Amino acid sequence: MSAEVTVDTTALQAPAKGRGSVLAGILRSPSGLIGLLLTGAVVTLGLLSVFNLLPFDPIAQRPEVRLQGPSGEHWFGTDQFGRDILSRTASGVANSLLISVVAVAFAAIIGTAGGLIAGFFRGWSDRSISGVTNVLFAFPPLLLALSLASAFDRTWFTIAVAIAIVYAPIFVRVARGPVLSLREADFVRSATVVGMRRFAIIWQHILPNIGAIVIVQITLSLSWAVLTEASLSFLGLGTPPPAASLGAMIFEARTLVNFAPWTMFAPGAVIILLVVGLNLLGDGLRDALDPRNRGTK
Amino acid sequence: MRTITRHPIARKLAEAALTLLGVAVLVFVMLRATRGDQISATLGIEAAALTPAQRAALEAYYGLDQPLVVQFFSWLGNVVTGNLGYSSRSRQSVLEMTADSLPITFELAVLSIIIGLLIGVPLGMLSASRANSLRDAFGQTVGLAGLSIPAFLLGSTMLALSASMLGYNPNARGFASFAEDPWLNLQQMLMPALVLGFGLAAPIMRTARSALLEVRSMDFVRTARSKGAGPVRVQLKHVLHNALVPIVTMTGLQFGYLLGGAVVVEQIFSIPGIGRQVLIGIQQKEYAVVQSTVLVIALSFVIINLLTDLLYRVIDPRVRAQ
Repeated sequence: MSAEVTVDTTALQAPAKGRGSVLAGILRSPSGLIGLLLTGAVVTLGLLSVFNLLPFDPIAQRPEVRLQGPSGEHWFGTDQFGRDILSRTASGVANSLLISVVAVAFAAIIGTAGGLIAGFFRGWSDRSISGVTNVLFAFPPLLLALSLASAFDRTWFTIAVAIAIVYAPIFVRVARGPVLSLREADFVRSATVVGMRRFAIIWQHILPNIGAIVIVQITLSLSWAVLTEASLSFLGLGTPPPAASLGAMIFEARTLVNFAPWTMFAPGAVIILLVVGLNLLGDGLRDALDPRNRGTK
Repeated sequence: MRTITRHPIARKLAEAALTLLGVAVLVFVMLRATRGDQISATLGIEAAALTPAQRAALEAYYGLDQPLVVQFFSWLGNVVTGNLGYSSRSRQSVLEMTADSLPITFELAVLSIIIGLLIGVPLGMLSASRANSLRDAFGQTVGLAGLSIPAFLLGSTMLALSASMLGYNPNARGFASFAEDPWLNLQQMLMPALVLGFGLAAPIMRTARSALLEVRSMDFVRTARSKGAGPVRVQLKHVLHNALVPIVTMTGLQFGYLLGGAVVVEQIFSIPGIGRQVLIGIQQKEYAVVQSTVLVIALSFVIINLLTDLLYRVIDPRVRAQ
């Protein structure tokens, strides 16, 4: 996470048109297509766990089949307690996505609202919101998440809140910049002149114009949130056991990897695929939402 | 005539000071959120046997009966005078612990930045040398890998593979500081620095690529070329020099990533740096250690950002003139 977020203001002029054109735009760019496929595959894996379609119980221990290599029954092998790694990985993906999606949703809503208010009203609200943002940016992201997670009782929700606090300032910066220039735009001024209420202006004129930037930021933040959640659980501060968590699986596999390398393969591969997918999807979205790429088919 | 308060550097300093005050408040609030446990954490099971009078006496002893504002300023006063508290386990002051651990993390960070620049800048130059070509795709893919492979996964795998396949694991021996045994120290630092440097290379590569592409298309580069300057001279003296500002800024900004990543990497490779100090503090419920150390890290981060800001005023005279 960088303290200075560069904002591509060219996306400002992108009018929010039908969703179909955005999707078509993503599918047109190779990175967007690959990103969508990778993210979709990993999300599907997580959904299998949500809908109880897993071949094995991700938590139940079966010592008689411990540390078995990949086979027809256990595609990705079993761990030191005889748990099926594929089922555990799928359940870990579901937990990781639950935390990351809730965290980024909070961060995006609170951060964007903060950025809109700071940029539109300026004055003391801008000074206080930007001050809080600066303070949060003064902490290395993972360290802040770590400190917050250690300050509360650990549940999936407090971890999500900790990650949300870490990433909300990015949304403040991302939203505030363009709002500063939008508030001076003619259509906003005329809305003021005709007596439109200020919150109505923000809602109807400003928000739709920063939507594209925020959506791209949401995609990228999701990839960071997945990494942060996995790092926390690797360090023993994430989802409490015995619930499956990708970071904790890799932590346990660390000592087994010499003679049971499959224990690390599935959780490691899934994290990388998900993060790569979200990054490429973010790139694809940026291209698709960029008006400079409009009409060049 | 500009007054001192309008001077950009003075303003930056004032802003940094305000931010630090906010950091102290936040750290204090986090400390209080867990501090309810401080008495239980120190006494363990015996805390349950405390009579209300005993608990009140302990609260008075720790100053917990004072209003929060008073507690904050007395804590801040202690911190400013260098009293960062004590570890109740090792009986060592947090200041001493930090004096040992901070230089180690700093060394790790510097080595990681060197590795990150050594991977990132050439990769960016390779990508920018022909945009949207095969070599650009190669550079971008390596960059994406750097962004997407988590440090803990890369570190764990690297350590396990080198230990089992090559029988090489310098980190299994006790940690040696650079002063004690420079050769062993550098070997112990190499893998963690590679892990962090690889992650750092990705944003450096992306920044270098776009900065180089932008500078390359500028008029003065064409002029230099038409005056007969060789390609190497044009690339290094004209293009790279002008692309340095964003690269330096990005590198400085990634210090936060390094300090956070240090927690993970120091844990994996058993490096007794400041990140490990935080983590051990959390595991042992030594909240005084955790909060003071977090404060020190945030302080160093703010100072590094300030220095980055001042540094690019030196590199780029245009920023100074503004």
